[in-house]
Amino acid sequence: MNIVLLAGSNVGSKTRTAMDYTLKLAREKYPDAAITLLDLAEFEMVFSDGRNYWEYEGDTKYVTETIMAADAIIIGTPTFQASIPATLKNIFDLLPVNAFRDKVVSMLVTAGTAKHYLMIEQQLKPILAYMKAQIVQTYVFIEEKDFHRKEIVNDDVLFRIERLVEDTVVLTETYTNIREAKEAAYDF
Amino acid sequence: MEKYRIDPTKGLEFGLYSLGDHMRNPHTGEMISAEQRIQELIEASKLADEAGLDVFGVGESHQTHFATQAHTVVLGAIAQATKNIKIASSATVLSVSDPVRVYEDFATIDLISNGRAEIIAGRGSRVGAYSLLGYDVRDYEELFEEKLELLLKLNEEEKVTWEGQYRAPLENAMILPQPQNGHLPIWRAVGGPPASAIKAGYAGVPMTLTTLGGPAVNFKVAVDAYREAAERSGFDPTALPIATTSLFYTAENTQDALREFYPHIHTGMLALRGGGYPKQQFAQATDHRDALMIGSPQQIIEKMLYQHELFGQQRFLAQIDFGGVPFDKIMKNIELIATEIIPAVKKYTAGN
Repeated sequence: MNIVLLAGSNVGSKTRTAMDYTLKLAREKYPDAAITLLDLAEFEMVFSDGRNYWEYEGDTKYVTETIMAADAIIIGTPTFQASIPATLKNIFDLLPVNAFRDKVVSMLVTAGTAKHYLMIEQQLKPILAYMKAQIVQTYVFIEEKDFHRKEIVNDDVLFRIERLVEDTVVLTETYTNIREAKEAAYDF
Repeated sequence: MEKYRIDPTKGLEFGLYSLGDHMRNPHTGEMISAEQRIQELIEASKLADEAGLDVFGVGESHQTHFATQAHTVVLGAIAQATKNIKIASSATVLSVSDPVRVYEDFATIDLISNGRAEIIAGRGSRVGAYSLLGYDVRDYEELFEEKLELLLKLNEEEKVTWEGQYRAPLENAMILPQPQNGHLPIWRAVGGPPASAIKAGYAGVPMTLTTLGGPAVNFKVAVDAYREAAERSGFDPTALPIATTSLFYTAENTQDALREFYPHIHTGMLALRGGGYPKQQFAQATDHRDALMIGSPQQIIEKMLYQHELFGQQRFLAQIDFGGVPFDKIMKNIELIATEIIPAVKKYTAGN
C-alpha cells in the first residue's frame, strides 16, 4: 500500500507537528506500507495553469505525481480565513477532476479556535467528493490548546490520530478488495 | 443538405476518423514508428473507401502520443489513394492556423480528390498547440470565433476584404485555388457542453458533436440548443446537417470487444488525461443508451438507431484507433462495419 501524507500549508508548525505524529504512528503500525510525507512548506510549487500535472517541472511535477501514485492520502491542513490554505487548494487545481477516484482520503485539521470545527465539512469534503475520493468520514480536529511547544498534549487527539491512520488503512484495503473482486468479475 | 454534399434519403452517413494516435499497443507492448502509423492510416482509408464507407477524417494534435500533426498533408495522400470516400479533417485546430492557408490546403485537397474535401474546424481540447505555434491560450475563444468567421467568408467569396485582430487585413485578396465547385462543406467541431453548439447554431454552421461516452441523452441538450439557436438566427435547422462522433470498437461478440478494447481505452486515457477508464463505467458502456460505441455489431447497430432517433443526425463518425489499436484490428473493424453494421443502419435510416 502506498500512503501519502500531505501537509497542506507553507507556514506554521502545528499541522506539521500533527503530521509527524501521524507519520511515526503509521510507520510503526504498518511497516510494510510505503509511506511518504509531503510538506508543502518544503517545495517550490507553481500555480496551476491548466496543464496536465505531468507536464510541470521540478517540485510541482514531483508532488503531483507522488499524490497520483498513492492508494491513500492523509491530508493535514491548518485553517486560514475559515477555509483551507491556498497552497492546498492549488494542489487540487493542479490535478485532474477525477484524481482521487479509487483512492481513500482522510483528514486532520488544526485551528486556532474550536469555532472552526465544521470548516472541513464545508470547505474540504466537497472538493474531495467532487474529485471522487473515498472519504474517511471521521477526521481529527486539533486546536491551539492541544499543542505545547511542538508536542501534542491532549491524549484524546493522540488516540484519534491512531484511529485515523487505522481507518485509512482498513478502508483502503476494503475498497481495494471490493474493487478487485468486482473488476475480476467483468472478464475484460 | 445539398450544399453540404449530404443526401439524407440515403440514410445515416457512416465515417471513420483518427487523431493519428501513436501509442504503444498495450496488449503486446509494441511501439510502431510514426512512418508505419501514417502509412497504415492511408491504407485504412483505402480499405474504408473500397468498403463503401462515407467519410474518412484525420485530425491534428500537437503533442506526444500523436503522429498526424500535419493532418492536411496526410489528407492529401488519402485524397490521392482513394476514389469515392469524402475526406475531412477531424478536426483542424483552426485557432492556431491561418484560415487562408487552411482554405488553400483544403481547396487543393478538394481538387486532388475530385470534390471530396471537407473542413471540420475546432479549437482543440489539448492546449499544447497554442504555445508551440505561438498563440496565447487566453485568447482561446476569440481566436477561434474570429478565424471561423474569416474561414466562412473565404468560402463564400472569391475576392475577400477583411480585417480582424489576429491576422493581417485582406484587401480584395484572391483565394486560390478555388475548390471544385467553389465551395467546401465547413463544420464546427463541438465538445459536449451546449455553449459551443449554440455558437454553431447562431452562425448557421453544420455541427460535428463529440459524444465520447456517458448517456447519449446527455448530448441531446446540445443538439436541441443548436437547432434552436439556428432557428433564432433565421436559418432553417432542417437544412443544417449534424454529425456525431464517438470512440469506436467492435468485434464478433461483446466479450471480445470489451476484452480487446479495454486496455486501449484505459492506457489511452491514462496517457492523455492522467486517469484511466474505470472498469465499472466501461462495463455499462455496452448498454444501447450509452454513447460510447463499444460492443458486438448488433449492439452498435442498436446504439446507432437509438441515437438517430434521439438526435436525427445525418452522419456518424467513428474514432477507430484510440489508444494504439493495431492495424489488423482496424481492418477487422472496417470489415464488420461494412458487412454488418452499415447495411442495417442504412436500411433503417434511409428514405426519411
